[in-house]
Amino acid sequence: MTTATRDSVGTAHTRVEGRDKVTGAARYAAEVPFAELAHGWLVLSTVARGRVRSVETEAVLAMPGVLAVLHHHNAPRVDTDYVGLLGVPPDLTVALFQHDRVAHRGWPVALVVAETSEQAREAAESLVVHYEEEPHDVAFCAERQTEAYTRDSHAPAVVRKGDLEAQLAASAVVVDAEYTTPEEHHNPMEPHAATARWEGGRLEVVDSNQGTTWVAGELASLFSLDPASVRVRSEHVGGGFGSKGVRAHQVAAVMAATVLQRPVRVVMTRRQMFSLAGYRSPTAQRVRLGADADGRLRALEHQSLNQTSTVYEFVEPGAAASRAMYAADAHHTVNRLVRLDVPSPTWMRAPGEAPGSFALESALDELAERCGIDPIELRVRNEPAAGPVSGLPFSSRNLVACFEEGARRFGWSGRDPRPGARREGRWLIGTGTAAASFPAGVMPSTAAVTAEADGTFTVRINAADIGTGARTALTLVAADALGVPTDRVRVRIGDSDFGPAMIAGGSMGTRSWAWAVTAAAGELRQSLAPGAEIPPEGITVRSDTAEAVGALAQKERHSFGAQFAEVAVDPATGEVRVRRMLGIFAAGRIVNPLTARNQLVGGMIWGISMALHEEAVRDRASGGLYGADLAGYHVAAHADIPHIEADWVDDPDPDDPVGIKGIGEVGMVGAAAAVANAVWHATGVRHRNLPIRPDRVLMAGGDA
Amino acid sequence: MPPSASSDLTLSVNGEKYTLTVDHRTTLLDALRERLDLTGTKKGCDQGQCGACTVLVDGRRSVSCLQLAVAAEGREITTIEGVAEGERLHPVQQAFLDLDGFQCGYCTPGQICSAIAVIEEHAAGWPSAATGDVRPEAGPPPLTPEEIRERMSGNLCRCGAYVSIVQAVARAAEQKGAAA
Ligand code: FES
Ligand code: FES
Repeated sequence: MTTATRDSVGTAHTRVEGRDKVTGAARYAAEVPFAELAHGWLVLSTVARGRVRSVETEAVLAMPGVLAVLHHHNAPRVDTDYVGLLGVPPDLTVALFQHDRVAHRGWPVALVVAETSEQAREAAESLVVHYEEEPHDVAFCAERQTEAYTRDSHAPAVVRKGDLEAQLAASAVVVDAEYTTPEEHHNPMEPHAATARWEGGRLEVVDSNQGTTWVAGELASLFSLDPASVRVRSEHVGGGFGSKGVRAHQVAAVMAATVLQRPVRVVMTRRQMFSLAGYRSPTAQRVRLGADADGRLRALEHQSLNQTSTVYEFVEPGAAASRAMYAADAHHTVNRLVRLDVPSPTWMRAPGEAPGSFALESALDELAERCGIDPIELRVRNEPAAGPVSGLPFSSRNLVACFEEGARRFGWSGRDPRPGARREGRWLIGTGTAAASFPAGVMPSTAAVTAEADGTFTVRINAADIGTGARTALTLVAADALGVPTDRVRVRIGDSDFGPAMIAGGSMGTRSWAWAVTAAAGELRQSLAPGAEIPPEGITVRSDTAEAVGALAQKERHSFGAQFAEVAVDPATGEVRVRRMLGIFAAGRIVNPLTARNQLVGGMIWGISMALHEEAVRDRASGGLYGADLAGYHVAAHADIPHIEADWVDDPDPDDPVGIKGIGEVGMVGAAAAVANAVWHATGVRHRNLPIRPDRVLMAGGDA
Repeated sequence: MPPSASSDLTLSVNGEKYTLTVDHRTTLLDALRERLDLTGTKKGCDQGQCGACTVLVDGRRSVSCLQLAVAAEGREITTIEGVAEGERLHPVQQAFLDLDGFQCGYCTPGQICSAIAVIEEHAAGWPSAATGDVRPEAGPPPLTPEEIRERMSGNLCRCGAYVSIVQAVARAAEQKGAAA
């Protein structure tokens, strides 16, 4: 083998599975054929709270093709007393059919299984379920603060430093503003789908998820199975964004496959996803900033309230986003939650940071206005030398470099700071900026790299490529670690039999997997004597990064970025159009510029969509959503999105073997604030409630 | 189920004839995916709102989730599996691949089928809501990014690959113009 060092990492590479995806050959979870397949269709509650009094199965069981109706009287029992891979107990929404209680509208009450999906669907829609309805409460609003409580999640709920009130009192300028963000839904284009079957004493599940180690572990715990007897595969995944963990569809499929002893597929409908796939909780936030006349912060307070269900405590840590951004003498951040009769929320792209940065970065813009300072200069003046609350050093912090590069490319310097000063025909034009950050983490993973007898290499790692380009990135990483060209490396992912690995989540996937691949490939390269014969079964080296990851020093580790947006607002119609957008990021070493740029731009598009479009509205009377589908819930479409540029500054992580930090979420952070700040600049009106709908622009009077 | 709940029919897909018995409730999308094992056509919403299931029916783009298979008899259906010429990718496919016009790939077959039709529709002089001058004598409008965005708006991409999709469609259209 050649030992020359190559530079695949950092060079644009089209996706290794790209040809399969543009020809339709790539098979997603619901597309893998099974003999004797039966189809399950979930039946969801039509009341928001109460008890199931009866499930009238008889008529449905007599319908053509119907094989079974599972419900709380006959479904297999599951065990929920465990803590999963991510260190949290299960969301009890997945403990299907264990009791008669209904915790929210759209709660799964039965599964109908039939020979064909048409038969299953008609039978499911015909199934009569009687309820004992109870009064429900789904009314989320800032006033619920009074009955809210705190709960530590991955981050502590409350963090305090210094005397907040004293610093606010000593401040020359105080900004005190409330912000809200609505309920938002992930809506990956591929609906959640799983097929389960028992094969040779093992449970096999073909699924669409963000980590098969994770899902296999949860299923083993739920069904009290030896983890080694559960295999979950997930080769191609049509998007996840936080919604694709263990969910009702896999559990239902496993139950039905167990009862019927044949393969069963359960696919969520788009409408069911709005009840069963998780979502981002609405938030009600309050930010108080106190500063000297020159903009130097004395006090930073950020409070965030979110809703959760009655069966699971999920914290959307909106205020946690403020702990590492700006220096201030006093810091106070708190996340609270209130329990309502709603579905359980979950992680959704940039959890915490997406809504939190909207509030904080909007408030910074208000402070800049009040102090008469350029918004970028204000952020530069409040750059912390170390973690503002923790006091820990930053692994690297290149936020100012992002603003400088972004300002230059966006043409920020000639900007007239006065709002409402620029008009082009019927449009008012404005520009805005905001900072972005997201934690750069890493989790233990295992990998195996095999030198094959034909001179190629096979990497096996239980990674998930949910559209991130992880498969391709790992190919480049492995090629460099082995010192070979990429066409000699084959990366296999998405199979729990490959051994434990991190999920695609928290912007930690590629970094965690690349570390394990680098370790195994490096050791393999060392052990291969030049010119040595490789036996037919190949030579395999395995790695486990648990120890190395555990030995990392405590630091403030984050990706950063600077967002810039230009908007046009029509004061007569209230329409807001984003005309251009630029994001410059400091997000570690960029493995594959082609796919990284696409992913960062995708995050920025999520920010535009959050700023202007996305809003799930809960009907207080029924407890359900209005228009729970892609017509009623608008996600940005082609015509909403202008040309967008994303680029980066040099920022390799010094403590990572490849220099990676993670780019999955940071592209979204601050993007909504940059748009909202631009709308202020265009109109002179602050929009503190998302989305910035035409009616809100009109009611506020856009013609400042 | 009443006795006449299914029918025998022949579907013509990608130039091949398939004879099958289908439940009348079966959509064209489900017939392709579940019966003919042509799973390249995707189901994103099953209710005409996302464009993932776009195929070409007699050369025109169409969401296959909103048509019944029984109504597709006698039509020539082209799916993503049928747009390449053997091993040679269709220029739209090639441009999507080269310019990274996708991330997860789930909306991609629909985007590509839609884009193929967009280029045809534009060449045939069909205006869109983004067309400034729609008088017939004005001739076909240039296929600007705004035109592409407007015409492709029935195809959602939740990954947000829109910027590179628009570039890919523009490149493929340009090549077609150059080749014509
Ligand atoms: S699946 Fe047909 S439009 Fe969405
Ligand atoms: S590439 Fe994932 S939805 Fe378009």
